[in-house]
Amino acid sequence: MKWKLFAAAGGVIVLFAAMVWFAFNRGPLAPVAVEMAAAQEADIASSVFGIGTVEARRSYAIGPIQAGRVLKVHVDHGDTVNAGQLLAEIDPVDLLERLKGAESMLDRTRNAVAVAEAQEREARSRHTVASANAARYRDLVQKNFVSREAAEVRASEASVTQAAVDGAQAALLAARGDVERAARDRDALRRQLANLRLTSPVDGVVVARDSEPGTTVVAGQAVVRVVDPRSLWVRARIDQSRAAALTIGLTAEIVLRSNQGEVLRGRVARVEIESDSVTEERIVAIAFAGTPPLSVGELAEVTIHRTRSTRGLVVPSAAVKRVNQQHGVWRVVDGRTRFHPVKIGVQTLDGMTEVLDGLKAGDRVIAYSSAQLREGMEVRIGKVS
Amino acid sequence: MINLASRDIAHGFGRYFLTSVGLGLLIGVTLSMAGIYRGMVDDAKALLESWQADVWVVQQHTLGPFAESSNLHDDVYRNLLGLPGVAETGNVTFLTMQVKQGESDVRVMISGFEPGRPGEPALLMAGRPLTRPHYEAIADVKTGFGLGDRIRIRRNEYTVVGLTRRMVSSSGDPMVFIPLKDAQQTQFLKDNEAIRNDRNRLAANPGLNRAGVPGLLDAVEANQFSNRNVNAVLVRVTPGWNPRVVADNIKRWKYLQAYTGEEMEEILVGKLIATAARQIAVFLVILALVSAAIVALIIYTMTISKIKEIAVLKLIGTRNTTIAGMILQEALGLGLIGFVIGKLLATLWGPHFPRHVVLLTEDAVRGFIVTVVICTIASVLGIRAALRVDPAAAIGG
Repeated sequence: MKWKLFAAAGGVIVLFAAMVWFAFNRGPLAPVAVEMAAAQEADIASSVFGIGTVEARRSYAIGPIQAGRVLKVHVDHGDTVNAGQLLAEIDPVDLLERLKGAESMLDRTRNAVAVAEAQEREARSRHTVASANAARYRDLVQKNFVSREAAEVRASEASVTQAAVDGAQAALLAARGDVERAARDRDALRRQLANLRLTSPVDGVVVARDSEPGTTVVAGQAVVRVVDPRSLWVRARIDQSRAAALTIGLTAEIVLRSNQGEVLRGRVARVEIESDSVTEERIVAIAFAGTPPLSVGELAEVTIHRTRSTRGLVVPSAAVKRVNQQHGVWRVVDGRTRFHPVKIGVQTLDGMTEVLDGLKAGDRVIAYSSAQLREGMEVRIGKVS
Repeated sequence: MINLASRDIAHGFGRYFLTSVGLGLLIGVTLSMAGIYRGMVDDAKALLESWQADVWVVQQHTLGPFAESSNLHDDVYRNLLGLPGVAETGNVTFLTMQVKQGESDVRVMISGFEPGRPGEPALLMAGRPLTRPHYEAIADVKTGFGLGDRIRIRRNEYTVVGLTRRMVSSSGDPMVFIPLKDAQQTQFLKDNEAIRNDRNRLAANPGLNRAGVPGLLDAVEANQFSNRNVNAVLVRVTPGWNPRVVADNIKRWKYLQAYTGEEMEEILVGKLIATAARQIAVFLVILALVSAAIVALIIYTMTISKIKEIAVLKLIGTRNTTIAGMILQEALGLGLIGFVIGKLLATLWGPHFPRHVVLLTEDAVRGFIVTVVICTIASVLGIRAALRVDPAAAIGG
């Protein structure tokens, strides 16, 4: 009987001990587990990340300058076109007839010039005869062979024919002016006709055929859109808080959404002066180093490497906390937590933060913890689970 | 003087111990129930503590963002920063959704935040904070995701770069933190079919798709398919300022609702989990009654089974108090062993509950006192039966 009693008592004691052990190691009384990391010297590569879309730096929306109906579209999506190539035509409606009219008008004015020339010649020959007569009569009057009156009649005839010559010459000039004007009218109509033929301003690729024959388009509406494929770049949006010191020429990596395995090389080609004030982002354009992929509007992830990497003291970014508007790290002093303010520099994309002041190499800081840390908390250094 | 109770227990130790284990299981369940309630309160507090927001700014006339829905423009923070006493602000969004995890899916609360601003999960147990403004996530360890896993949320994939713990919503869904801009898109961006459908509807509207105004339709679409809303703005006040004053200032001048940290805790604990708490309270009462009934029945049957021995004890002149003491001690012993086993079991199986279970020491003490009281009351039935035994029964049979 005695051993049973001892067994019973022993069992109860073991159970009780287990309960107490659990309470202090697993329960609410257990100290917070923390994982430490050491501050160390490392290469710091400062880079920024953003997303953007592939866009064409030079994109051409080709359409008529006034409303009209599309007559023909000669190219389709994906066609390579040369500068000056005919892409589409707008229905000229009555322009051809008006051009014919203008041409016959020109012919008519030319004929009018011929008439005016003939009239001028006639007037001149009359005048030649009249002035010869007048001269003869002037001599004859001095020798008193004819009456003074007859000589005056001849002189008057000469000045009348002179006036007729002047009139004929003016008429000829006017007729020539008419020819000039009719020619200009015809040229203007030709220009208008030429304008209805939509040609490509550059060597490029047709990315959209927006209107089909028969469609009525307004002035400025695109019939065909052409881009210069060599001018494709990524317009990326970089959060303003990380957009410091971005300059033209920095190297960048581009990952397209359609090909996430491949990293394309690029270079910052433009840092736009105007930010997007609503989304608080800076817009940066990155040109492809190689041949750009022909996929306009595709989403792309961009990593811009800001400068050459520098050596510096780093701690894991997870260790850097903000307490009372102050950056700092938690350290363990005599088994208890202590907040330690530090001055931080750049944060790298792989999660390391540069410490400018406040720590030295080898200093150990709390990287991870199993509960929210407070000043003077008792902690147990080990694996956080 | 020999102790009758210990002798009796040692005599039938196996049966007694098994009975204690049974009672222990029941007490374990009771303690766990209390732990679940404490866990819910603790989760709410842990969530708020992690954000360390002094003031929560939400839509006017709402109890948002948890108890009611709340929408604010995401540039409201600029107005708030201009107010005296406001030191830091952070936009946050919340959205509960199912995300795929391998073959199955897991229910999570997606929270959008701006790295470096209030709203960031303060505690990391592995990995690193977000360093890219897009497509990275910090997941609560309860989601089951590990470092490097990819989470698909709507149309984008997010890489898990950090793990946190104790970040669960009031309904127990673990949280996944993603950058604010992604979260805004996730929250308000429709699926592709719906977008195409809407586009077609817009294009079919002759008022918006006008032949003479080529850019109008695009402008309307761009306006419809963008989102600049957040659910709440977290505010940290300048040291020395009373959050109450700052909150009142915001309420009065900005036509927004503002709650201090304590008020938000009151909303989370007092309103969101109030029903669950009452449910658990009723359950606890029922469990206590059941435990009492079981202890009473066990003590009673134990007493009845040794009626003959009690009669003999009476015959040889044992006092009634001694007999009553024996039964009471047995009942208390049952309660004590049961309680220890129950506490142990609750501690052991606590971490395996899907929700956080907190076993408070004061709950254990309270539970112990209740166990003792219940055992004492339950033993009354047995004691009564023992005292009514006729000593003559020992020989009469």
